[in-house]
Amino acid sequence: MRGYLGSRIAQILPTLFLVSIIVFGLQQLMPGDPALVIAGESAGDPALVAQIRNELMLNRPVPVQYLHWLDNVLHGNLGYSWRLQEPVMQLVEQKLPVTAQLSVMAFLFAVVIGVPMGILSAVKRNTAWDWLANGIGLFGLSIPTFWLGIVMILVVSVWLGWLPPSGYVPLTQNWVRSLATTVMPAFVLGNAIAAILMRHTRSAMLVALGQDYVRTARAKGLSEWVVVLRHALRNALIPVVTLGALQLGALLSGAVLTEQVFSVPGIGKLVVDAVFNRDYPVIQGVVLVTALLYVLLNLITDLLYFLINPRMHAG
Amino acid sequence: MRRIFFAASAAAFLLLGAAPRPAAAQTLRIGLREDPDVLDPTLGGSYVGRIVFAGMCDKLFDYDTKLDIVPQLATGYEYKDPTHLILHLRPGVTFQDGEKFDAAAVKYTLMRDLTMKGTLRKGQIDAISAIDVIDPLTVELVLKSPDSPLLAQLAGRPGIMVAPEVAEKEGAKFGLHPVCAGPFSFVKRVPEQEIVLQRFPGYWNAKAIHFDQVVYVPIVNSAVRLANLQSGALDLVEYIVPTDVPAVEKDPKLKLAMSWSPGYDGITFNVGKGPMAKSPIGESADLRKAFDLAIDRKALIQVVYNGLYPAIAQANPPGSPFYIPSVQPPARNIPEAQKLVAASGFKAPVTVTMIVPNSPDILQAAQVVQAMVKPAGFDLKIQAMEFASSLAAAHAGDFQSYLIGWSGRADADGNMYSFLHTGGGFNWGGYSDPVVNKLLDEARLYTSVPERDAVYAKLWARVHEQMPLIYLWGLKNIVGMKKELMGFRQVPDGIIRIQGMSMAN
Repeated sequence: MRGYLGSRIAQILPTLFLVSIIVFGLQQLMPGDPALVIAGESAGDPALVAQIRNELMLNRPVPVQYLHWLDNVLHGNLGYSWRLQEPVMQLVEQKLPVTAQLSVMAFLFAVVIGVPMGILSAVKRNTAWDWLANGIGLFGLSIPTFWLGIVMILVVSVWLGWLPPSGYVPLTQNWVRSLATTVMPAFVLGNAIAAILMRHTRSAMLVALGQDYVRTARAKGLSEWVVVLRHALRNALIPVVTLGALQLGALLSGAVLTEQVFSVPGIGKLVVDAVFNRDYPVIQGVVLVTALLYVLLNLITDLLYFLINPRMHAG
Repeated sequence: MRRIFFAASAAAFLLLGAAPRPAAAQTLRIGLREDPDVLDPTLGGSYVGRIVFAGMCDKLFDYDTKLDIVPQLATGYEYKDPTHLILHLRPGVTFQDGEKFDAAAVKYTLMRDLTMKGTLRKGQIDAISAIDVIDPLTVELVLKSPDSPLLAQLAGRPGIMVAPEVAEKEGAKFGLHPVCAGPFSFVKRVPEQEIVLQRFPGYWNAKAIHFDQVVYVPIVNSAVRLANLQSGALDLVEYIVPTDVPAVEKDPKLKLAMSWSPGYDGITFNVGKGPMAKSPIGESADLRKAFDLAIDRKALIQVVYNGLYPAIAQANPPGSPFYIPSVQPPARNIPEAQKLVAASGFKAPVTVTMIVPNSPDILQAAQVVQAMVKPAGFDLKIQAMEFASSLAAAHAGDFQSYLIGWSGRADADGNMYSFLHTGGGFNWGGYSDPVVNKLLDEARLYTSVPERDAVYAKLWARVHEQMPLIYLWGLKNIVGMKKELMGFRQVPDGIIRIQGMSMAN
């Protein structure tokens, strides 16, 4: 176990290095000139645009620009946003908790809705419950996030006046208002993931319920729900946990559309705006931090396997 | 036990509700169409940034509802001669940190605009060669040459005065906590979430301020912005899209304010920049005139913008003092357009590519134009592009035609010089005509509007012979707000001025 953990941690740095090169390279392929975007309404002044390019080192060779950035990163400096003139690290520290809160709430919605529905669908296979669960799953997968978001704003905020339509209040400032501003986007975000979790839970449960140990448990006279929850579910959870962790990682990387629709100032919105504004330091910084979180989440997922089923080997 | 707990909780809840609360500060919540860039008037380039500056930073001059230049931190001006502009300053004004506003502060700010690393203001006021402090309330600007648009610049971002001590100390970080001489002080900013300002008690015009706090909230999606206004989460939205106007008009809790704007949209042709200029439409003025004749502007505006915008054939829309009434868009005339296509020597259908920023309304307008020009003999291919990419393509001359807008300037020179003068920064199509250059330069020498308009009338006649640009529609400022919000003054530059606004009880 210790050796396995050590080798996984040792893989993190080369992974991040590779990610940084890829994102830096991909940025260069993007059409559009950051200097023109930064100049804004003054983009008609060629001398100004040239000056901006010079100040941002955009006229230097790409490898030189990369090494300059990398040197700063190794000294703990992710650079400054060209648009906002704020440190990228400060922006990430501001936005990450927002996306984290949204992601956790969305994930909870997904688990609370998706896993029980998946279990029910598997246990009541080919009944009305199964079809209902599949229908809800199909709805969750098919409905575009932005459409659902806007419809919910219209119904819940404008017509019914139950919840604020957009924005964000930090948990530490006012937890009630914070939940009020995040419950709708979290539901919209969690809705699609609930459908995915439901489908996978159902498949995994069907496999588990067909195993010999489940037949043995039933033969021993255990109640059906003990058989399902204590025996079958425990093994069915392994692929579901993997999937869940991957989905949580995807959530953390930015619930882009949802944050745009609900104006939630999270990491997804930050990086989308950075792309549109060609704010390279923000793009690079956010991608690097997100990659690090993703890698760490995968590591935690693998460790969770040992908790769920200690007999598993590192392989 | 459980019952006692719930009863105690309910009692506590009721008591909390019944306890007397301090009077809530009156806050004005304004929705913006996007998040501003850096809040430093020297370094910032976004339009919505100007709206936030209006809340916290006064300028030397301002505009009134007729777009006339009026005093603000400067009480007046005079020209000693065409190259010496004297500014008289308002006495008794302080910055939000207590510093005195005086001639030295004006000199400091203007020099900062001219020389600071990263300044976006230099090109706007580089007519200034020297700044002299005559006395604490008088500044003399020495100009390199006569420059009538300069005064308009001092009513814009270059005229925003910053607290010199703070600006000097903070340098490029000034935008993280700006200090100016406006009605509200900066409190905090969470990027993409909100900008909070607090009333400045020492403001020179304090009696015009009736709010304790202003919060600017950027909401990019227009439907969500409207939903926030309808639900009461916002008090005012600085831009309602034309297709949402009926919804606001129907809502008994809301009202609209609409005015002309100096902005416009049009089609720029590449007539002289790079290999893409060597296209049929780039080489033939007849084809460009035919293209113009094939477009029914009124129908296009009706379809895309509910008929709200004016059809135009010049850079300064109706309402502008520089609008020339005799310069009108032609009625759609397909037979005449077909004759021009035939006279061009190119065989119909003539293929034209048009790059179009991928915003829904502009794309829709491009599709309408595509349908309209087809009977005239054009096969228009639309290339939708993300905005920054389209801008880069235009700068590189990598286009045949480009459907794009301009936010507009109060002074005509800002809407014309860069676009039509040889080498102009926004002259993406590489248009070059010595007669037009001479007329543009000549207009800069006159200070009176009628004299400048006489020059511009000649200019439009010349430009329409060659048609390097087709002006399609002028924009409008459409502001939505709660019915009880009083005192809103609609100024054509679209900036929200909080002075005089209040919430009726």
